[in-house]
Amino acid sequence: MRHIIATGLKHPTPVELIMTEKTPDLQGPVCPVPKKHTETIMLGHGSGGKMMADLIKDVFYSRLENEPLLAGNDAGVVELTDGLCLAISTDAHVVSPLFFSGGDIGRLAVCGTVNDVSMVGAVPLYLTASFILEEGLDIKILEKVVESMSKAAEEAGVDIISGDTKVVAHGEADGLYISTTGVGLLDSRIEIGGSKAKPGDKVLVSGTIGDHGIAVLEARGELGFKTQLESDVAPLNHLIEDIMAVSKNIHVLRDPTRGGVATALNEIARQSGVGIILDENSLPVKPAVVGACEMLGFDPLYIANEGKLLAVVSPEDADMVLVAMRKSQYGQEAAVIGQVEAEPAGRLLLKTALGATRIIDVLAGELLPRIC
Amino acid sequence: MCLGVPGKIIEIYEKQGLQMAQVDFSGVRREACIEHVPEAKIGDYAIIHVGFAISLLSEEEAQETLELLRQVIAAGEMEDEDLP
Amino acid sequence: MKYLSEYRDAELVHSTIAKIAERITQPWTMMEICGGQTHSIIKNGLDQLLPEEVELVHGPGCPVCVTPLELIDKALEIASLPGVIFTSYGDMLRVPGSRGDLFSIRASGGDVRVVYSPLDAVRLAQENPDREVVFFAIGFETTAPANVMSVIQAERLKLDNFSILVSHVRVPPAIEAILSSPSNRVQGFLAAGHVCAVMGYWEYLPLAEKYHIPITVTGFEPLDITRGILATVESLEAGTNVVKNAYIRTVTEKGNRSAQAVINRVFENCDRKWRGIGIIPGSGWRLKPAYAHFDAEKRFHVEAIQADESPLCISGQVLQGLKKPDQCQAFGAPCTPENPLGATMVSDEGACAAYYRYRTQTPHAGGIDHD
Repeated sequence: MRHIIATGLKHPTPVELIMTEKTPDLQGPVCPVPKKHTETIMLGHGSGGKMMADLIKDVFYSRLENEPLLAGNDAGVVELTDGLCLAISTDAHVVSPLFFSGGDIGRLAVCGTVNDVSMVGAVPLYLTASFILEEGLDIKILEKVVESMSKAAEEAGVDIISGDTKVVAHGEADGLYISTTGVGLLDSRIEIGGSKAKPGDKVLVSGTIGDHGIAVLEARGELGFKTQLESDVAPLNHLIEDIMAVSKNIHVLRDPTRGGVATALNEIARQSGVGIILDENSLPVKPAVVGACEMLGFDPLYIANEGKLLAVVSPEDADMVLVAMRKSQYGQEAAVIGQVEAEPAGRLLLKTALGATRIIDVLAGELLPRIC
Repeated sequence: MCLGVPGKIIEIYEKQGLQMAQVDFSGVRREACIEHVPEAKIGDYAIIHVGFAISLLSEEEAQETLELLRQVIAAGEMEDEDLP
Repeated sequence: MKYLSEYRDAELVHSTIAKIAERITQPWTMMEICGGQTHSIIKNGLDQLLPEEVELVHGPGCPVCVTPLELIDKALEIASLPGVIFTSYGDMLRVPGSRGDLFSIRASGGDVRVVYSPLDAVRLAQENPDREVVFFAIGFETTAPANVMSVIQAERLKLDNFSILVSHVRVPPAIEAILSSPSNRVQGFLAAGHVCAVMGYWEYLPLAEKYHIPITVTGFEPLDITRGILATVESLEAGTNVVKNAYIRTVTEKGNRSAQAVINRVFENCDRKWRGIGIIPGSGWRLKPAYAHFDAEKRFHVEAIQADESPLCISGQVLQGLKKPDQCQAFGAPCTPENPLGATMVSDEGACAAYYRYRTQTPHAGGIDHD
C-alpha cells in the first residue's frame, strides 16, 4: 500500500511513504525516537511534566475515580456540612540533599502541604507527618530537620498533630523521606480551582521564578556551579489570606512546583478550556537564575518553585491583588505576567521580547542540561 | 550544537596541570578550563562551552557590532558594512 | 547578561529585519547549520518576523540528531556492563537505541551519570579507580577541544580506567554533501558561530568558491541571526559568493589555533554515518592510533555492533532541508517531543522539537493535538 503524504506549500513534489505489513510502528528504533516508557518507572515520571501527568491519568485516576480527585486541584475538597468544606492534601518529600541554601527537607515538607491546602482557598489547620528513615542516618540530622519543621509550622500557624516513623535498610531512603498530609477548612461559597479561569482574567506571580530548582541543583553539586541563590521555600497561606481579603474574584491559585510555571499554567489553561498568554518582558527572574539557565540550557519557566504562587484574577481586581501581594512578606516582587483569553483553548503562549508569539508546552520528562 | 555562553574570568589558577579559571555568569560561578585561550586575563570575557573557554570575546568588536546598528536607527541608512 | 542581552535588543533586531525587507527583491532559501540557531530562531519567533521571501531551512546541526543508531546501541551495551560508570552530556539520554535508552539502563541499575563537562568524567575516573569510566564523546567541532582534553588529561594523570566513545562530526563535509545533492535547494548558508570560533572559517572559502554560494558565519542571539541573514541576503542580491563573518566578537578567520592543535593531536579524519543522510566521507573524527587505548569501542569490544534504521520518519529530509517539520504526516501525532519519531524531534535542538514547542499553528493535517 502506497501512502502519499500531503505536500507543503513550497514543494509540489509529493513524498511517498511505503507502508507494508513489515512497517514498524512509529515508536522505537525507527528513528531515534525516545521511548515512551510505559512499563517501568523512570525518574522522568516524577519530574512534574507530561510523563507524570500521563502516569497519574493511566494508573491512578483510572482506578480511583471520584470527583474531588479528578478535579485535579492541589487539594481535594469535600463538603462537610452545609456551608463548610474540608480541604485535604498530601505530599512526599524526597529531596536530595536534605539541606540546601534557604531551606531543608523539613521546611519543604511543611510548606509544600500548607501551600497545597491553601491553593484551593482553605485555611490550613493541621498536618500529619510520616518519616521513612534510612539505617545509619545521624540522629542529629533528624533533630535538625524536625526543628525546622517545628519552625515552619509555627510560621504557618499549623500544628502537626499525628505522625509515623519507619526505618529501612541502609541504601534505601537517601537518608530520609518525609510525607505530610494537611487539612484545612473553607467556606463552601469559595470557588477557587484550576477550571475557574475566565477570558479577560490577569495572571499574577508572587515573585521571582526558578530560585528553588536552581538552589537544589547547586546543592547537589553534580554540575559544579555556585551561586548566592537560596531556595524560596515558604508557607504562602498568610499571603493568600491577604489577597483574599481584598478580592472575592480570585479564580485560580496554584503553586508552580516541579514542572515550573509553564506546566502549572498549561494545566490551568487545559482545565479551564482557555488560552493563557504570557509576556516575556514581565517575567521576574533573578539574574543568577538567568545565568544558571543560560549556562545549562534551561528555561526558567520549567524550574521548580516552592515559595511562589500563580493567581488568576478578574481584571478589575488585578491591581488591588498585586498591591496586597507586594505588601505581604513573600510577595514583594509580585508581578502581572499575563492574561487569559478565550483562544487558543487549552494552550499557553508566550509573547516574546521581540513581539512574536510562540507556544509554551508542558515539561516532557526529566529536566536535563544540554550542550546543543 | 554549541551552547556557548559568555562569562567573565574572575580568577585564574592551575589545577592538575591544566590552566583553569573561575568564570562568572551573572552571579553564577563555575570552573572552566582555559587551556585553549592561554592569553586570557582576569576581567576578560570568554565563550564557555561544556566547561571550556573556546574563544575570548573582543569587547571592541562587540561594541562595533552594536554601534553600527545603532547608527542604522539614527540615520535610517546603512552602508554596506565592511564585514571582514 | 553582558554580551547576551545587548544582542536581544528588540529595537535593533526589528531595524535589522526592516533592512532585510528593504534589501530583498526575491525569495531566497538559506540554511542555518546549527541546532542552537534553529532553537533561537523559533524560540524568539524570528521566522514569524522575517520577510516572507526569506526561507530558512534547518540543517543537520545537532549531534544528537545525527548520531547513528548503532552508536547508541554501543553506548547502551557499554553502559549496562557491571562496574562501568557511563557518563554523558544530558542531551543523549533520551535517544533510543534498538532496545531501550540510557534512561532504561539507569532504571535497571546501570550507573549512568550526566556530566556538564568532560573533565567531570575524568574526575570520576580518578575518584573511582576500581571502576571503568566511559565518556560519550559526541559533538561537532565546537565540543572537540573539550572532548579531546579529557583524553589528554587522562593520559597525563596516567588513568587506566578512562575511555571515550566517540561520535564526532564535522560541518564542512556536511555542507558539501548537501550542496552536491541533486535535490539541493539551499542558496546560502548561515555557518555555525561556535563551530567557527574553534575552527575559524577558512574551510568555507573553497566551498563558497566551488559551489558559488555565500556563507555567513552567524551567532546565536536574535540580533546575530538577523545580522547573518542580512549579510547573506545582501550577498545573494549582489550575486556574490563571499564568506562573511557576522559574529566578529567571537570568530576569526583562523579560529582558535590552540584548540585546533589539540584536536589534531588526538583525532584524525574518518568517514561517518549521519542519521537520515548516510555515510559522508571524511565527515567524522576518530581517535588516532596513539590514543587507541582510550577508545571505548575497542576496550569493550563493541565494534561489531550493527543496526538497521528504517527510514520511516523524514528526519533525514528535514535535516537536508528538503522538507519542513510540519510537512511530515507524523508531525504532532504520533510524533511529539515526548514521543518523538525523529532525530529532529528528540533533541531540544532538533528542528521538529523546536517547531513543536514553539509554533503557534496547530499541527499539520493528519496530526491531532497531543492532549
